[in-house]
Amino acid sequence: MPYEVPIERGKVREFATASMSSNPAYQQPDAVIPPTFLTTSARFWMTDPSGIDLGFEPSRLLHGEEEYVFPGPPPRVGMTLTASHELTRRWEKAGRRGGTLRFALMTTRYTDADGTLVAEQRTTVVETERPPSAECERP
Amino acid sequence: MTPHLGERFERRTFGPLTRTDFVRYAGASGDFNPIHHDEIYAVGAGFPSVFSVGMLQAAILGAYVTDLFGPENVRRFAVRFKEQVWPDDILTCVAEVAEVKPDDGIVVLTLQCLRQTGGVAIQGTAEIAASPVGPEPAVG
Repeated sequence: MPYEVPIERGKVREFATASMSSNPAYQQPDAVIPPTFLTTSARFWMTDPSGIDLGFEPSRLLHGEEEYVFPGPPPRVGMTLTASHELTRRWEKAGRRGGTLRFALMTTRYTDADGTLVAEQRTTVVETERPPSAECERP
Repeated sequence: MTPHLGERFERRTFGPLTRTDFVRYAGASGDFNPIHHDEIYAVGAGFPSVFSVGMLQAAILGAYVTDLFGPENVRRFAVRFKEQVWPDDILTCVAEVAEVKPDDGIVVLTLQCLRQTGGVAIQGTAEIAASPVGPEPAVG
């Protein structure tokens, strides 16, 4: 289900600081978002997370890859985006140390008030057959 | 001044990372998985201590890129998570031009975020609009 994502000045500034950026551009009232800022959108703004339940076991879930695409300059403070997400692909492959790895790619598209695509987020998660070692990262 | 193929940019170090850095990022991102800030929970789960959420080092790598090229010029930023990052780690971010697309004015960078051990925490790529449209990048 689509949900609104207001791009807030204080949240952008807080995120840039937590990211250890020294760029004064992020302090401006019309700052654009940091490259990975939209990772916050689902956590703060998604109203109905039921659509993205993959059925994966949380203790065996790893964050594999994360990608953000911006057709133009990234969205900026003051905009209200509309986010819609989908499960794009699921696949499996054999792990290096045995067992089966189950992958899922989720895509979130962000449009502006005119309906123009301004950002796309692609998240790949992996479910391992055993609890993860120090080899990979949990989401 | 368009970056050229193979050009390497000044590397930059971040850290040593503290648990406070982890908590600050948790608050900023909304990701409160306790494995990244609750020592008792992390040790109980079999880890030597808490460890950083991968998206923190991704955000740090993003800050490295935007401090070099300007926040307005990022068109793509992609990361693959490799090694975990632990308290007291010192991260080094590096960037190199992998491709220049003169027709659409895009510079493709390969990125790495390395631990002090030399281990790769994150591999990434970024695409940058080579003709700046926004404020000048930050200096230093």
